[in-house]
Amino acid sequence: MRIRTVVAVPTVLALALLGCGREVGGDPEAAGDDGDETAEAVGAECELGETDGDLLFYNWSDYIDPDLITQFEEEHGVSVTQDFYPSNEELLAKVQSGGADYDVIVPSDYMVNIMIEEGLLAPMDRELVPNADNIADEFADPPYDAGNEYSIPYQWGTTGLGVNLDEVGEDAEASWSLVFDPEVASQYSGRIALLDDPRETMGAALYYLGHSANTTSEEELQEAADLISEASEHFAAFDSNLYTDLLLSNEVVISHGFSGNYFAAFAEAEGNFAYLIPEEGATKWVDTMAVLNAAPHPCTAYTFINFLLDAENGAQLTNWNYYASPNAAAEEHILPEVLEDPAIYPPDDTNLTFLEDTGDAEILFNDYFTQAKS
Amino acid sequence: MSTVLEPPELDEPTPPRGRGLESDAEKADSRRGLLIGLPSLAYLVVLFALPLLIVVVYSFATRSRTGLTVLGGWNIDSYTRLFDPLVIEITWRSLWMAGLSTLLCLVVAYPFAYYLATRGPKVRGVLLVLVMIPFWSNFLVRTYAWRVLLGSDGPFLNLLGALNLPQPRLLFTPFAIVLGLVYGYLPFMILPLYASIERLDFSLVEAARDLYASGWQAFRRVTWPLSLPGVVAGSVLVFIPSFGQYVTPELLGGSRTTMLGSYVVRQFLSSRDWPFGSALSVAILLVMLVAAVAYFRKGGKTL
Amino acid sequence: MSMVDIGGEGGVAVDSVARPRRTVERILAGNAWLVFAFLYLPILVLVVLSFNDNRLVGVWTEGSLRWYRALVNDRNVLGALQNSLIVAVVSTLVSTVLGTAAAISLERFRYRGQQAFDGLLYLPVIIPDVTMAVMMLLFFVQAFDLLFLASGWSPSLGIGTISLAHIAFNISFVAVVVRARLAGLDRSLEEAAADLYASRWVAFRRVTLPLIAPGVAGGALLALTLSLDDVVITSFVAGPGSTTLPVYVFGLVRRGVTPLINAVSVLMLAGSMLLVLLSLLLQRRRENV
Repeated sequence: MRIRTVVAVPTVLALALLGCGREVGGDPEAAGDDGDETAEAVGAECELGETDGDLLFYNWSDYIDPDLITQFEEEHGVSVTQDFYPSNEELLAKVQSGGADYDVIVPSDYMVNIMIEEGLLAPMDRELVPNADNIADEFADPPYDAGNEYSIPYQWGTTGLGVNLDEVGEDAEASWSLVFDPEVASQYSGRIALLDDPRETMGAALYYLGHSANTTSEEELQEAADLISEASEHFAAFDSNLYTDLLLSNEVVISHGFSGNYFAAFAEAEGNFAYLIPEEGATKWVDTMAVLNAAPHPCTAYTFINFLLDAENGAQLTNWNYYASPNAAAEEHILPEVLEDPAIYPPDDTNLTFLEDTGDAEILFNDYFTQAKS
Repeated sequence: MSTVLEPPELDEPTPPRGRGLESDAEKADSRRGLLIGLPSLAYLVVLFALPLLIVVVYSFATRSRTGLTVLGGWNIDSYTRLFDPLVIEITWRSLWMAGLSTLLCLVVAYPFAYYLATRGPKVRGVLLVLVMIPFWSNFLVRTYAWRVLLGSDGPFLNLLGALNLPQPRLLFTPFAIVLGLVYGYLPFMILPLYASIERLDFSLVEAARDLYASGWQAFRRVTWPLSLPGVVAGSVLVFIPSFGQYVTPELLGGSRTTMLGSYVVRQFLSSRDWPFGSALSVAILLVMLVAAVAYFRKGGKTL
Repeated sequence: MSMVDIGGEGGVAVDSVARPRRTVERILAGNAWLVFAFLYLPILVLVVLSFNDNRLVGVWTEGSLRWYRALVNDRNVLGALQNSLIVAVVSTLVSTVLGTAAAISLERFRYRGQQAFDGLLYLPVIIPDVTMAVMMLLFFVQAFDLLFLASGWSPSLGIGTISLAHIAFNISFVAVVVRARLAGLDRSLEEAAADLYASRWVAFRRVTLPLIAPGVAGGALLALTLSLDDVVITSFVAGPGSTTLPVYVFGLVRRGVTPLINAVSVLMLAGSMLLVLLSLLLQRRRENV
């Protein structure tokens, strides 16, 4: 008899939960409506520089100088709790399910787009963030968030190739042919590492082939997968985490990765290394600051964003993590060796593209990439 | 209060049918058994089975263009995708790697657990804790240490080089993955083996040794069958998690060998296709559950 | 029961008889040494690298205490370490009790619905980490919504939810190990005890528990290890300020593993060794009194 109760109770509970799920998960439009309501309620109540509690900051790890946090805490008399996420997708999963009780998050470009569509972000109230005027013109109207209505650029960088100049040669050509041209790649066979990231690595192949990295054409994706598959005998690994480590420990001589990580690693390296942005085209990405619709302390959130957009503070971010700053006013405070490095601040004519969400093609990217690897 | 603790025969898995056949003592006993298990059962029902229902429901849902899971438009598309050649290939590879790791673990762990179980009571305790201590550091850091050891400038390859032997690539090969899996799951094999060997009535072994000519015979006919529950439990604890592992294939295999665990992770965290990820998980749960239960049955029968 | 009292002194083994013959004994001992070498080789590397001065752990420059000094001032790491230890201790204790009870209930009794329970018990071992992570997150969020509607109390994600999730998977692992011990364990002793002692509880404590102690201890060790190492499930059900050490480390990897993490691991290893030594000493003193 007991058993029946044991089964009955959870069944009722399960039904209740599922009912709930329908509301929370909802269809996209409903989720959007839901979001706007809260958003309007939030923005109106704060005043410039106001704080309404301690800040809950969800960021990438090692992405902000701890001194800046301390400085903010002292200036505004609040404490900051910082937690870290390893990927945009994990961030989205938590935010989307309603399990992220944070104020400020740092999503990357394409993720901002998705989050806006899902109605997860609060509008960026310009009155509360006057320092947003410091943002350089080229970042004022990005494709993922027209007019920076919901997000403000935090740092930006590129995805390219880190090379060991002693092995590849001082005059190494900045080109994807280093890894995809069989004749070139075979010279470094077994000493090349690419990112384990469907969008970035398929993207690299697409750049080399002269296609758009945001393509949804199955034919072009197949072509890219074939290219990777043919060259894969020369690749040691697909690694999204320890690519700088592989390069600096001489396990590989060419590795594919995100710009700032290389500079942070090169700063303490003894060998002769460089970061190249391939001329066929490369990915440019922006990490942004955004306030969650469900933020428990929205006023503190806007105040914090405004604080980081200050010219000197913006410069301190870059001087600490070696990613380029979208903050034009900050440039005079940025270390000259960082500002003048063309790999960190590439010249204007460099061929750079944002990766955009490709909708259902994300599945294709994933499956073609998985196939190409093995 | 001296009711006899007399459960029905061990190899009778189904409870006796027909209420009239149960004696009062048996009824009281089965009530007591349920009562003892109830807190754990309730816990698992509320904090595991209920959440699992969400996954089951999601597996029939659809993925929206942005990757949000839409509850509605129920379909079984995700399940038909399970028979994709890519999925089948990955599954076979994972089965093979997990099976190999399990076998290696067993070969290494059995004599080790036997050695442990036959030490003096105090030494055993210390040795067992010594087995576990390395695993209280950090998984990622341990795996990273293996990268250093297996690297092209690592001690193993340097040693081979010094001996003028060929230096094959070690890191980022299936060998490295299996090594990582064996390392990571060895304690999962040692613990249940130790727990079941340690309780052996060794006078039986001794008697068998008097009876049979060789120690090998005694082992095969007495020790091994008696330790079988440990072998079964250990194999399940190694095989199943290594089947779904994804950090080791990524860090030591260089992601060149996609295993099922990584593939599931990708569905949730890269293509944001939760319905397919859920369907994959449900399929894994069903197949593995049937296999594990059958395996335990078989292990129990030969007792 | 202290940590190292897992030799199972109540066991039935008679050591002088149990020891295998000499050549076999030598092979067994040799194998044991090899296993220990295998287990500790990476640990040795890990310890050495914690003294590396370079930012990247894999690139050796020179020995220094740089990362130990950095560790003392890193509030993120210390906070995460504290969270990890709390979760590990709580989830190990609870899951050991619940897992052992489940094992006894399934192995020693027969009742209706048992097979369903049996199957349910395996599922947490089988389920892929990431799936469990996602479902626990969705479940907690929705259950909390319901709770709020029903009672006005609104709990949030944090150390509590992490512990609940860890217990959920640890129960199964403990139960599997304990069952391996219980299966085929000579039942006559327990029955005799049940006849002998007035209360069933006393019989359990004096006879059954000592008999299954090595299994229970093994299960607890496994639970502790799993809890200390879990990344995916923890990071999904964590809330602000409840990051655990493995989650923190996993986040750091994106910028390259620094020896800081090795330094933390060395401290954890040293701490656990110290605990083991301490409980050994205590045990010895208790025996001498």
